[in-house]
Amino acid sequence: MSDIRASFKMQLDSFALDASFTAPAVGVTALFGPSGSGKTTLLRCIAGLERAQGTLQVHGETWQNDSDFMPVHKRPLGYVFQEASLFPHLSVRANLEYGFKRILPSERKVPLEQVVEWLGLIRLIDRKDPAQLSGGERQRVAIGRALLTSPRILLMDEPLSALDSNSKQEILPYLERLHRELNIPVLYVSHAMDEVARLADHLVLLEKGRVIASGALHETLASLDLPTAHFDDAGTVLEATVAQQDEKYHLTRLDFAGGQLWVGRVEQPFGTTVRARVLARDVSIATQPPQGSSINNILNARIEEIRDEGPDKVIVRMQVGDAHILLSRITRRSRDLLGLHAGMYVCAQVKSIALMA
Amino acid sequence: MMETGLNSDDLQAVWLTLKLASVSTLLLLFIATPLAWWLAHSNRWYKGMVAATVALPLVIPPTVLGFYLLLLMGPHGVVGELTSALNLGRLPFTFYGLVVGSVLFSLPFAVQPIQNAFEAIGKRPLEVAATLRASVWDRFVSVALPLARPGFLTAIILAFAHTVGEFGVVLMLGGNIPGETRVLSVAIYNHVEAMEYGAAHWLAGGMVLFSFIVLLSLYLVGGKLWRGAR
Repeated sequence: MSDIRASFKMQLDSFALDASFTAPAVGVTALFGPSGSGKTTLLRCIAGLERAQGTLQVHGETWQNDSDFMPVHKRPLGYVFQEASLFPHLSVRANLEYGFKRILPSERKVPLEQVVEWLGLIRLIDRKDPAQLSGGERQRVAIGRALLTSPRILLMDEPLSALDSNSKQEILPYLERLHRELNIPVLYVSHAMDEVARLADHLVLLEKGRVIASGALHETLASLDLPTAHFDDAGTVLEATVAQQDEKYHLTRLDFAGGQLWVGRVEQPFGTTVRARVLARDVSIATQPPQGSSINNILNARIEEIRDEGPDKVIVRMQVGDAHILLSRITRRSRDLLGLHAGMYVCAQVKSIALMA
Repeated sequence: MMETGLNSDDLQAVWLTLKLASVSTLLLLFIATPLAWWLAHSNRWYKGMVAATVALPLVIPPTVLGFYLLLLMGPHGVVGELTSALNLGRLPFTFYGLVVGSVLFSLPFAVQPIQNAFEAIGKRPLEVAATLRASVWDRFVSVALPLARPGFLTAIILAFAHTVGEFGVVLMLGGNIPGETRVLSVAIYNHVEAMEYGAAHWLAGGMVLFSFIVLLSLYLVGGKLWRGAR
């Protein structure tokens, strides 16, 4: 069976891990939660770096159960740590080849040249001292080093969190490219919603050592029952395709099953799928198509649910088209003035859209 | 020879000292490395006891250590009975007796730098190596050993120098047999006892110079190694 089934129990001094989840063995699954929620510990259990009680199956192969525990070095995984942790006594090339040399030639599915090309390592590979590389460069080498073991699953523990924002922007395109082109499932630990919204397909939500939800990213983010919908940066993601370029105003039209969105110029060919993130705080609601508005993007929507959020705010869940959900955070006063209620047809005005290539 | 007042026994003592120090240092590396590894990584409750035992030669007087070793390895000692039963004879007053004494006496000087080096590496590089398919032994050889190189260098210098300068344990355990157990420090003592200050000067001064040259060359060569290993 092509999925990941994990169930772990572990008692540490400060907290208890009691986490079970099933994730598809395709695409990127984010293990998301606040610090101290046990996401890194869970990832380490999956790698075998922590010895918890429990069971783990990956692609139908048992890595751990009550009687057996496959040691870390026998598990066909790649692991990218928070800090690149390159071996300081080895050159960049020797770092990259460390794991590559340790697998059978017949198992080497990813050639060195390919990884070097993918991660833009051409200028780095002949450097002697990895300590001389920048933080972003080191992390790229670390990702390449993990990929070169031809892993059946890639585990990433907040690979961007130790980097400054420039290095982050430098790495994200590479991660997206891996996501698109590499056929390896990824478990990605993060506490940064923008990274998750950008990279993940599936979300496992952790809180205090427990899994509180697990599901497809767009569904999980749209669920008002989960804490993610009540974060300040709550929002949903839409998959849309590049449909039209407007030369005069330097805009791009994106089409999706619920309508169309005009966004700042996207330099991608027609038909390219891009991911757009719409935050609840950037969506306002009108009961009639507004006249004389500066807002470009107005979508027809149907209110599914309204939920109180503190003394002054409510969060509104709206369906756009057949399959897409938008969230909107408005005041309680606006809700009452407009008489908003579930089942009502409204216009959702989208003030801004974050594009994720 | 005439001007220095040194005799062929003295040269033998120099040679014997170097042999003792080399053999002891080599043995120490094999003993201290696993011990240091265990001390650096174990969480057992008796780890403190082991660490204290290893460090004991730092604080107990060499004559005390030599005295107990003499009893242990003598005809009525446990080790003595064992070596007799194995047809190995007895260890006191032999070169190998000195080796045993030196190894125990210099153990903390070899264990502690290596242990510190292993601890400084931390768990992360070994975990990384494990996720890159390296087995336990492979991780040790390909990651821990090269990263701990400065610690090994320090251990080698200290263990060697400490063995060269050893006196109390040797005297208690080995006595003063030319070519067998009479090492440099004992030869110097003999010369001083016999009021042969000239010869004592040559040996003592030679030892100071030798120690300095060893340390200087290791500093010059090792400085690079030290930096390279970081």
